[in-house]
Order: sequence, then C-alpha cells, then structure tokens
Amino acid sequence: MKWMKNLKTYIPGDFVVVRDDNKCIRCKACVEQCSFEANFYDDEEDRVWSWDGHCVGCQRCVYICPTDAIRVEPREEIYRHHENWKIYHIKGIEKRANFGGAPIVSMGTDKEYPIYWDHILLNASQVTNPAIDPLREPMELKTFIGRKPSVLEIKKSKYSKTKIPPQLELEIPIMFSAMSYGAVSKNVIEALGRASEAMATCFNSGEGGLYKEHYKFGNRLIVQVASGRFGVHKDYLNIASAIEIKIGQGAKPGIGGHLPGEKVSKEISETRMMPRGADAISPAPHHDIYSIEDLRQLIYALKEATRYRKPVIVKIAAVHNVAAIASGIARAGADAICIDGFKGGTGASPQVIRDCVGIPLELALASVDTRLREEGIRNEVSLIASGGTRCSTDVIKAIALGADAVYIGTAALVAIGCHLCQQCQRGNCAWGIATQDPFLSKRVNPDIAAEKLINLLKVWSLEIKEMMGAMGINSIESLRGNRLALRGVGLTDTDLNILGILPAGA
Amino acid sequence: MKINAHNMYYRDLNKMVRKAIKKGEKEIVLDNVCGQYYIGDGLTRKDVKIIINGVPGNDMGAFMNGPIIIVNDDAQDAIGNTMNGGKIVVYGNVGDVLGYSMRGGVIYVKGNAGYRTCIHMKEYKGMHPTVVIGGCTGAFAGEYMAGGTLIILGIDCNPLTGYYLGTGIHGGRIFLRGQIDKKLLSRDVKTVEPDMKDKRAIENQVREFCKLFNYEYDDIMKPGFVKIVPASKRPYAHLYISGP
Repeated sequence: MKWMKNLKTYIPGDFVVVRDDNKCIRCKACVEQCSFEANFYDDEEDRVWSWDGHCVGCQRCVYICPTDAIRVEPREEIYRHHENWKIYHIKGIEKRANFGGAPIVSMGTDKEYPIYWDHILLNASQVTNPAIDPLREPMELKTFIGRKPSVLEIKKSKYSKTKIPPQLELEIPIMFSAMSYGAVSKNVIEALGRASEAMATCFNSGEGGLYKEHYKFGNRLIVQVASGRFGVHKDYLNIASAIEIKIGQGAKPGIGGHLPGEKVSKEISETRMMPRGADAISPAPHHDIYSIEDLRQLIYALKEATRYRKPVIVKIAAVHNVAAIASGIARAGADAICIDGFKGGTGASPQVIRDCVGIPLELALASVDTRLREEGIRNEVSLIASGGTRCSTDVIKAIALGADAVYIGTAALVAIGCHLCQQCQRGNCAWGIATQDPFLSKRVNPDIAAEKLINLLKVWSLEIKEMMGAMGINSIESLRGNRLALRGVGLTDTDLNILGILPAGA
Repeated sequence: MKINAHNMYYRDLNKMVRKAIKKGEKEIVLDNVCGQYYIGDGLTRKDVKIIINGVPGNDMGAFMNGPIIIVNDDAQDAIGNTMNGGKIVVYGNVGDVLGYSMRGGVIYVKGNAGYRTCIHMKEYKGMHPTVVIGGCTGAFAGEYMAGGTLIILGIDCNPLTGYYLGTGIHGGRIFLRGQIDKKLLSRDVKTVEPDMKDKRAIENQVREFCKLFNYEYDDIMKPGFVKIVPASKRPYAHLYISGP
C-alpha cells in the first residue's frame, strides 16, 4: 500500500469507492482525474486502488471511467446509534480536536430544514378563465430591475414625461448570482458571460474585481462592491450595467470573506488589484457603513461616480429583521434589493455559520414584499430573490411571492458539472469549477459550458411560460407578487400567514 | 474658475465641477462649501486642482483617480474612500474612516484624524497609497491594512494614536514619530526599526508635509520614528480547516 494512515488525524471518510476489477481496463483515467488523490495505481500488482478516506463524492471518476467500473457509495454508519450524538457531531468534534481549526464548507447548508418551496403549489385555470398555450401564443418574461416612479405623467404624444430612473432590462427574470474570479475559474466566468449575452440576462462579477478579458461582457454584467473593495475602480464601475453593494450573503451572514493566498495567482492579483500570494481578506462589515444613513452615503457615492446612469442593488442575507432592514435600504435610495436566503451558498463559509445563521428565503421574501407594500414603497425598489433556487418552479413561486427576478448560483454550477461535493474552499475542484489550477480549470470548456447554461435558462423559461399559461397569465408582470396563484400544503397557520398564502382547498 | 457653493445642493455642485472639468478648467475654487457630499467623487483628470474653502462633506475624493484636492479647513468622514490615485491636502482635521480601502494616491492632513484611519488600505504594483497625519488618530488606525504607508506625526499631541493600532493588519507599514506606548498596539503588529529605505520614504514625505504646512523639517524629524509591521502576513490562516 502506498498510503499509510496517520492515527493522530485519521477520521473515517464519508464514501467508499467501489471498483469492479473485471471491468477495469487499467487506463488510469480515474487516477489522473481525481484531484483529491483518492485513486492510485499499483504497478507491481497492475491494479487500481482507492484510498476511500480521500474521496469527497464528487463523482468525477464515475463519470470519466470508460467502462463504468466505478461506483461511489456512502460509507455505512458504523457507530452505535445515539439519537443525540449523530455521526455528524462525533466527526465534527474529532475534526476540530485533530486539526485545531474551524471547518470551512460551501454549497449552502446540507442540514434538514423545512423547504417551503416544496409546500407551495401553483394554480391553474379551469372553466372560468382560459388557460393560454405558450407554444402558440406570445408570453412575456421581460423584466426591468430598478426603481419605478409612483406616477407616470403622459403627454399628448403618448410618451411619458416622467423621467424613469435607470433600469436593468432582462429578457428573463433569472440572473446568475455573484461568483468571483478566484472563487470560480476564468472559464466558468467566460461561460456565464456568454450565456448572459445569449439569453439577454445578467451575471455578477462577485467581489473579486473583473478580469481584463471579461470587460467585453459589460452590457450583461453587474459588478459587486463589497467590504474589501477588491478591484473596485473607475473602469470597473463604469463598464457594468448595474452595481451591487454586498452587505451580506446567505451562505455567511455577518461574516467577511477570505481568499487564501495560495489562490491569488498572477491573474487574480491583477483582477483584485492586490499583491500575488497575499491573503485577500474582506472585513465582515463595510467600515464606512454602520447605519442606513451610511448605506445611503455609499449608494450615492457610487451613483455620483457613475453619473446616476446605473441602478444600484444592495444585497443582504435574509436575517431576522429582514423586512425592516429592506425598508431602510429602499429608503436609502437603492434601486433593487437582493435577499439571499440561508440555503444560498456558493460562498465558502465556516460550517456553523452556514448551517445555523439566517432564515429561509421563502419567508424572508414574503415578509419583505408585504412590508414594502404596507409602507407604500414597493414600487421604489425591485426585489431579487436568491439562495437555493433549484428549479423553474422555485423561480415562479419566488416571483409570485413578490420577487422581480431570481439569482441562481449553485444551479448554474450544477449545469456545468458541479456535484455539490462541498470542497470549493480547497481549490482543487475535480470538475474544474472552483479552482485556479490550469490543469483542472481547463476541464470546463467555455463553449460547452455556455451551451449548457443557455439550455438550462431556455428550458426553465419554457417551463415558466407553461406554468404561467396554465394559470392563464401571459406576462410575468401579472404574476409578480400575485400570491393568490399559490396555495400551501402541510404548513402551519403561522407559516401561511408569513407567506401570505392560503392553504390548499381554501 | 470660482464656484460659490453657498446653500448649494451637493448634486448640483458636483455637476458644476464635472462640467467645468469637461470644459477644460484646470483650477476650480469652491467657496463657502458647507458639508456638500462627494466632492471629487470618481474624477480622473490628473491635471485638475480643486481648492475648497469651507468644510467639505463625507466621501470627498471617493473612487477618485487623479485630481488634487486642497481643503483650507477641516474635512468630514470617509475622505479618500476607495481612492485610486490623486492627492488630497487638508489644512485642518479630518473625521472617521479616512482613506478606507485606498489603493493609490496621497493624503496629507495637518491636524488630527478620527477613528479607523486607513483601514484596509492596500497596494498593488506601481500603486502605493500614502497617508500622512500631522496630529493624532483615533482607535483602530490601520485596521486590516494590506498595503501602503501610514505616517502619524503626532505633533503637539500625546498619545499619537488610539487603542488597537493595526488590528488584523497583514500588509503595509505604519510609521509613528517618537515612541509608542505598547498598550495602544493590537496583538497583530510588531515594532521594528525603520531601515534605510523606510528612512528615505519618511524623509521624503515629511519634507513634503513641512513644505505644505510650514513646519521646520529638522524639528519634525528629531524624535525619530518607529515602524509598525504585521506580526504575520497571514493572521487568520491557521484558524480554519477544510470541511466537511
């Protein structure tokens, strides 16, 4: 055996790699492709073995094996059952005790919390109003993100006299959420940019600045200004279609970012405008924002710097007082608010934060929409929902709950190969997504990845149109905040009340 | 060109300044400024000089990338926020968060600065932000500092900085004139003697400072300087491991 256990730090892994030796042709593709070094070839025995402890369950070897000889199985529960002390707790303590550090994880919480989307059902037209066939009749998904005036003054010539604040024009209400160059590879951003152009939607630079090759996507780009202000300068602000101030994100509300120095390559150092190999530390708060008034100051500093031509989005994590905070943000002059639910999570985050901080998007979104309506300021700000959106039905439900558009992050990564193995923070993603290693990142071909993203958005759009058609609605505008289109099943009165929807049957 | 900013809304004032620059004005004097926000925000022309008579408001010189701004009075909070280049000279005191995330350019302040001066200041390639404070600073100066140079002269004041100097610092350098009370320093810094290169940098900056604010160079240099640097370039690296 090539590998030896180190008893001081050994913790059983979560997976077992099962290889059918009869099928294995010793091509060693799995050895070469596994960036976690879980597979190795023994030339004395002419046999491929696996070191199960290293396997993260990313399925790369399963997909790559030409003879389908490999299966990755969960390692069976080997400890005596204890209702209070789950294997997760035991391994958690072992990990902290053995390595003396707080575990960093990614891809949103994997713990069992209620998923409200799965308890909401959509309406359809029967008899009293006709359904619409989206294959033959025009359906509109066009969405404008930005502040809408309270009154439109129409001149005789039928054009509006009212000056409309800057808007982000989207053909579909689905955008790609913030993932920085540094977190994901150059090819992934290239693919997101191309797909955004093709589908006339937007992607988000994340807080890591914009690589010089990606300036070409300016028309379809939202740039982020976060507490570290990495890569924020005049050209970066001017090239974009909108600017997003990131206060918090669902994966780690209240926590700053930390890109380890190993990931700060030459290109990333140029993009973030910081020295190569240095840690990129984003403070937890923006230290120029300690209040709503301060936020207003930054919003208008950015508007001044860009001559009031671009909408400014403020992104916050869904937390307990989200409705009151959103009301403050709307009054601070933001053109749009992004609410990132706690299941959101392409961001690497300390495990305890990811799993225990924040509230579900569904409840946050509904309560923000309700609050803004009650205060009569819903038109002054667009709402972007994000965090754990898995399918087109999640999107349409979010829109009916009050969102103007939805950000997708994880879903986009899954479309291009991610299998949610939650190892993003390690920088050696076997699928070439969350890595800067040139050998690995070339596994994402931007042409193929862009095509897959376009396919995903096209199919989701079709599905949304079909669901709208079934409801007899031909414009997404008519569905926005239309909670009568939703019914709840298996929810408590409190949940239904917060979601503002009726129970099924009522 | 002169603009009377008396009772003027900040948006109108900044629009006038931008228009004047577009028309080719090289020197713009703003009189009766009283708290107007964002003066110089996002301006890029390197050959433009803006002279402010009065107290400019918050975020002066934010995202600025070129011009020179001279303030003949005090200035307020968040001066030089995310500034990329240019020069700001303040003949009075400045408020909190001076030079937040500043990446380039220089700021000279004759008087004191408030809390959280130069936090998350960073340097990159040819860009090397430098801030010289004549008086003292409040607590948390140089917090998260990742690059650049902060010089605190502490003229006629003691102590010359507040508590927690350089919390979370992982790059750059802070020079303090005279001696420093160790209890004001955060645990993330260490004190060293300035080397020859540092001394030359200090001399250049102090010479410029003395020229601007009319101080005797020799008097300022007399007490000597201590250099504060990060104790570790990676203060948080050991705190985390990869899960799950």
